[in-house]
Amino acid sequence: MPNTDAMAEAHDPLVFEHRLKQQAALEQRRDAVMRIVRQTVTFTVFLALLVGLYTGYKAFGQSIDDAQHDWAVIGSVLPRTDDLNMPPVSEIFGQFGETPGGQDQIYARILFGEALFTLREAFAGFLVGLVIGMVIALALAQWRRLEQGLLPYVVASQTVPLIAIAPIIVIWGRKNFDVFPWEWQDWMSVSVIATYLTFFPVAVNGLRGLQSPRPENQELMASYAATWWQALWRLRLPASLPYLFAALKIAATASIVGAIVGEISAGVEGGLGRRILREAFNYTTGPDRLFASVLGAAVLGIFVFLVVTGVERLVVGRHGGGAAT
Amino acid sequence: MTARRIWRLLAVLLVFGLVAASCGNDDDDASEPAPATEAAESMEMQEVSLQLQWVPQSQFAGYFAARDLGFYEDVGLEVTIVDGSVDIVPATVLDSGAADFAISWVPRGLVPREEGLNITNIAQVFQRSGTLQVSFADAGITGPDDLEGTLVGNWGFGNELEMFAGLNSVGLDPQSDVTLVQQDFNMTALINGDIDSAQAMIYNEYAQVLETINPDTGELFQPEDFSVIDWNDVGTAMLQDAIWADADRLETDAEYRDMAVRFVEASLRGWIHCRDNFQECVDIVVAASPPFGGPGHQAWMMNEINALIWPSPGGVGVMDQALYDQTIDVATSQGILQAAPDAGAFRTDIAEEAVANLQAAGLDVYGNDFARRTVELTEGGN
Repeated sequence: MPNTDAMAEAHDPLVFEHRLKQQAALEQRRDAVMRIVRQTVTFTVFLALLVGLYTGYKAFGQSIDDAQHDWAVIGSVLPRTDDLNMPPVSEIFGQFGETPGGQDQIYARILFGEALFTLREAFAGFLVGLVIGMVIALALAQWRRLEQGLLPYVVASQTVPLIAIAPIIVIWGRKNFDVFPWEWQDWMSVSVIATYLTFFPVAVNGLRGLQSPRPENQELMASYAATWWQALWRLRLPASLPYLFAALKIAATASIVGAIVGEISAGVEGGLGRRILREAFNYTTGPDRLFASVLGAAVLGIFVFLVVTGVERLVVGRHGGGAAT
Repeated sequence: MTARRIWRLLAVLLVFGLVAASCGNDDDDASEPAPATEAAESMEMQEVSLQLQWVPQSQFAGYFAARDLGFYEDVGLEVTIVDGSVDIVPATVLDSGAADFAISWVPRGLVPREEGLNITNIAQVFQRSGTLQVSFADAGITGPDDLEGTLVGNWGFGNELEMFAGLNSVGLDPQSDVTLVQQDFNMTALINGDIDSAQAMIYNEYAQVLETINPDTGELFQPEDFSVIDWNDVGTAMLQDAIWADADRLETDAEYRDMAVRFVEASLRGWIHCRDNFQECVDIVVAASPPFGGPGHQAWMMNEINALIWPSPGGVGVMDQALYDQTIDVATSQGILQAAPDAGAFRTDIAEEAVANLQAAGLDVYGNDFARRTVELTEGGN
């Protein structure tokens, strides 16, 4: 009995199509897994290469005793190779598992907590920057006169060095930001600094994205008698997404940089910025810890980049999606 | 199909936002220091904020002790201590009104004051300068004249003036007779041999080199491995940590002046406590916030900071006119100040009132029998 059923199923076109779909889904999943495996392998190979390069250069420098020579390159243009200037990779990575004096957690756990703190500042800044950037992009796309008048200032805003605005924002925050229903804290000033770095790529790329639909598409919208909102919602916003995500990848990593620099200039305790400042200060007695803390910041940067890439896949699909499809 | 993408993006952002917000709230609850509420409720407390010049470390132990041991509370103040950092200028924060009091070196307060900030020094806590010029003993640099023709590390930004004046005092020109090298804020350049001498605070960077392993011996570097030029001995030292207040507010706001007296009194009581209860203050600093150097480093610093304060011949916190004049001499001769500041640059009435109150309470405000202890350093200051 089951045999005949199976036979019947196999010849049923609907079932056949279903099988095909299953097959395709399976293949897609296998492709996805393979892609991740491939990427991981490539990443690991490159990491090994970098570690090898670092260690090889260090070993070479040590073997010729670079401190005793007046080499033009080794120990002069390139760093000296002793443990103070180039701590061994094993010590840098070993640092993650060690418990610093006066602490009860291993270094990796401490860095993780501080990375979360910095991530919160950066993310709050990123969100606000995204909103401000999109509002600016929409306004500039809507009124050409505004684009000519305002865009130079948007660009100029990014040439102001962070270390100049950071103290201003912090003092401003402590003194004047009591209009908010919540108590203004210094980490929020750091978020403002992250916002400052984030809104720019969003505004510039968002503007390009909003202007990207071809005239015939816009005319089509007009022929449907679509309102401004409908045209925005159904045509221009979706068309801007690929541009927007390109900007968000820059903005996400920039928000981390902004948060770290902001913490350092503003004196906010608890995040990676204070950690890096601390380890820079203690470099003479613990160079490996500075390297390890900077690695921690790099990992955080890669993490937020991957998150944005993941969200992009989720939102526009794997292939990035053509404009206005 | 396409608008759905926007919805999806908004949904993802919303989820992230909610997660972040909930994490944020948890952190807030955990990180907020528990205020001493019992006393605050029974007595009307005035909120006061103090801007430090740098991150928490034993350099500020007196204020942390006064906060944690309830000295501020005893005089009706609830003090928030705000960390300094790389780009924070305490004088500016004070003048802007974002802090009620600030800790700043005297020249770093007087320069912005000359540029128009209306601030004044109300208590000169440190009676000596903690700045040294450190070199390896075999370099033979034992006095300012030995610096001639060498690579002289310094931090710049006004930190180099004691050294410049020291060079001038032996007839050397800092711009032509030595090679100035901008120094990082650690001692790596000296250990590397990139500079012949390095600027160091006796309580921080000098300790750092003594916490470093000497590659030749496998043991920590020892004090005899180094020569030290102490600008206090050369006679070009400039006054450092002082408590600054808003000069306008002191004149116009009687309540603020009264608050200043109480703040200075409780702060100085903290410093007296740290002189007499060395280890307790080290522990308070380490507990306040993980300091840059470990507990051993903080113990060294506490000892050296005490030695910068004690003995205080005119009473703790009271300006020593001769040292003030020397500071101004160096600042004007080196061109960092255009002219000697007017009489409003510092005032002693507040510190004197505070000292009188402390004396009335039976505390020793001079510390004439203070003696440095011996602090053993360990690798990395842990």
